[in-house]
Amino acid sequence: MKTNNPSKTQVLALTGAQATTEAMRQVNPAVVAAYPITPQTPIIEGFAGMVADGLVATELIRVESEHSALSAVVGAQASGVRAMTASSSAGLALMFEVLGVASGLRLPIVMSIANRALSSPINIHCDHSDTMGVREQGWLQIYSENPQEVYDHTLLALKLAEHPEVQLPIMVCQDGFITSHATERVATLADETVQQFIGPYQPQTNLLDNKKPETLGPLALPNSQMEIKELQMGAANRALGVYPQVAKELETITKRGYPAIEAFNLDKAGVAIVTLGSTAGTVKHTIGKSKVGLLKIRLFRPFPYKKVKEALGHCQKVIVLDRTPTYGAGAPLYLDVKSALYGLENPPVVESIIFGLGGRDFGPEDIESLLQNR
Amino acid sequence: MNIKELAEKSSRLSPGHLTCSGCGIPLAVRTVLRSIAGPVVVVGATGYLEVTTTIFPYTSWECPFIHSAFENAAASASGICAAVEFLKKNTSKKSPEPTIVVFGGDGGTYDIGLQSLSGALERGHNLLYICYDNEAYMNTGVQRSSATPLGAWTTTSEVGKRALGKPTQRKNLTRIIAAHGITYTAQASISHLTDLSAKVEKALTFPGPKFINILQPCTTGWKFAPSQTVTVARLAVETRFWPLYEVVGDKTQVTVAVPEPRPVEDFLKAQGRFKHLFEPQRQGEVLTQIQAGVDQEWQRLAKNATI
Repeated sequence: MKTNNPSKTQVLALTGAQATTEAMRQVNPAVVAAYPITPQTPIIEGFAGMVADGLVATELIRVESEHSALSAVVGAQASGVRAMTASSSAGLALMFEVLGVASGLRLPIVMSIANRALSSPINIHCDHSDTMGVREQGWLQIYSENPQEVYDHTLLALKLAEHPEVQLPIMVCQDGFITSHATERVATLADETVQQFIGPYQPQTNLLDNKKPETLGPLALPNSQMEIKELQMGAANRALGVYPQVAKELETITKRGYPAIEAFNLDKAGVAIVTLGSTAGTVKHTIGKSKVGLLKIRLFRPFPYKKVKEALGHCQKVIVLDRTPTYGAGAPLYLDVKSALYGLENPPVVESIIFGLGGRDFGPEDIESLLQNR
Repeated sequence: MNIKELAEKSSRLSPGHLTCSGCGIPLAVRTVLRSIAGPVVVVGATGYLEVTTTIFPYTSWECPFIHSAFENAAASASGICAAVEFLKKNTSKKSPEPTIVVFGGDGGTYDIGLQSLSGALERGHNLLYICYDNEAYMNTGVQRSSATPLGAWTTTSEVGKRALGKPTQRKNLTRIIAAHGITYTAQASISHLTDLSAKVEKALTFPGPKFINILQPCTTGWKFAPSQTVTVARLAVETRFWPLYEVVGDKTQVTVAVPEPRPVEDFLKAQGRFKHLFEPQRQGEVLTQIQAGVDQEWQRLAKNATI
């Protein structure tokens, strides 16, 4: 990937993975620790190239596992600097324990995810079982439709995570291969504009300060765990209010508006499809000017319940597409959408569809046939 | 430093922590930290040290301390080292570089944390890793680890009609660490504090990863009176159960010579965890195996060492 003349806004041909790498280059984090896993690998390969070429000042740690990747990033961010990583599937599953450490320590880490199925069977292709499986570990989650969103979301996510009212880690998700390996036009900002937008890092924790020594990650007993977790839950809820401010700030620079949920054709629609990730693009293309609407969920954690209720309340039918298997209970997006609609006088009928597991194509014809049967 | 000089240094671990009376961990931690000049950052693996010194909202640490999880102390330290490295290269502010010290027990080091430790050693981060080895999972109630010696009772290597404690020899972690080819590897004991202190000082003259494995008898897990901790540790050295040595480059040096070792039984008899090997009847076969294991490890060490 060539990044010529980064002092100007430019339009580049980038894959989703390259869009991540380009945003990371412009953020220029102090530390990146990463481990290769398909389909995340091009993100860290690209970034390793930038480190080798001296395009960033980052210390890159090539760790021996994903568990260590996030552990090292936690150590670095706790030391008062920006640290980032990227992962997928089994790697994210291995990180599970440390995800809770990162959010519990209130470290605003940004992690890129190229979504991929979990084993078994082993399958390297896209579904959302990885990030959905860790959705209650205290991380915020943003899902991206295309490489442009991947780029913009990475910057937005950093600013949201670091907001003094939030101070929580965040995952920026893109569909493995479908987005991570697909080349599209991506408008990028000048390096200086990105640095102005994110600003210098204002750490709320600095382990390296010997004059003000802190003890991080203490043992909490039943007399304090509730209070600590209540503070953390409060921060996640506050992120819902902070999100539009940050999105607005980015929009003034990019002219691209990124609301927490995005309605398409929805005002007068009787039937609505709800989904997230690249499938939202396929749905937009398919439904065109029909009477079917789309609600794309961009911000999945915290979940914008109120906004979802307002957007879908008038529909007769809501079809929720989850790219996640579920075993003996409702699918994650379906459950949240259904909860959001609770309490309406005439709520829409909500239907759950599970699709596209392990990278199974889900094209316009599939959406058409889905709608024909209803 | 001699004992008097050591005692005058700040230990950075305040009194009032909650380790048992007779615990060897504070001796190990304080001696290590007293031997380091300048700022330090301590990384603790989940374990007895961490839970007894950081009960929220209190802390015993007078220096920065971070605990993340059980198996990732070395990986967490890697990130801190990288942050220090970044700041050194990218800020004009000249502040003294902190020494990054990791403390993990044998559970967090020999077992669940071995992978992340091995990775950190191979990557060459500038850190000092201290294992306080008390030969079992003492924090969770004395379960066997790969550091538990042959024949020792633990709550998961029980003594009964068909079992006489742990059926296999302990892992020689120090040898595994030295095989990484790092600049400094050593074995030390809380019975020989000036030896331990000299090892810390020497280790810190080298760049990159350094490792010291400290034997730390546990009064409740090994079953001896709290007053006997140092005595039991000394017996481990005097029987060559736990030789004190260091590996610098390709040179191995025994730092406390034991020309006339006592039989390992003297070490075993001082502890309740080996009681079943002597009562109600003597288990000669197991005792012979334990002595043979000690002799074999010593010969392996002596073959390449300056004594």
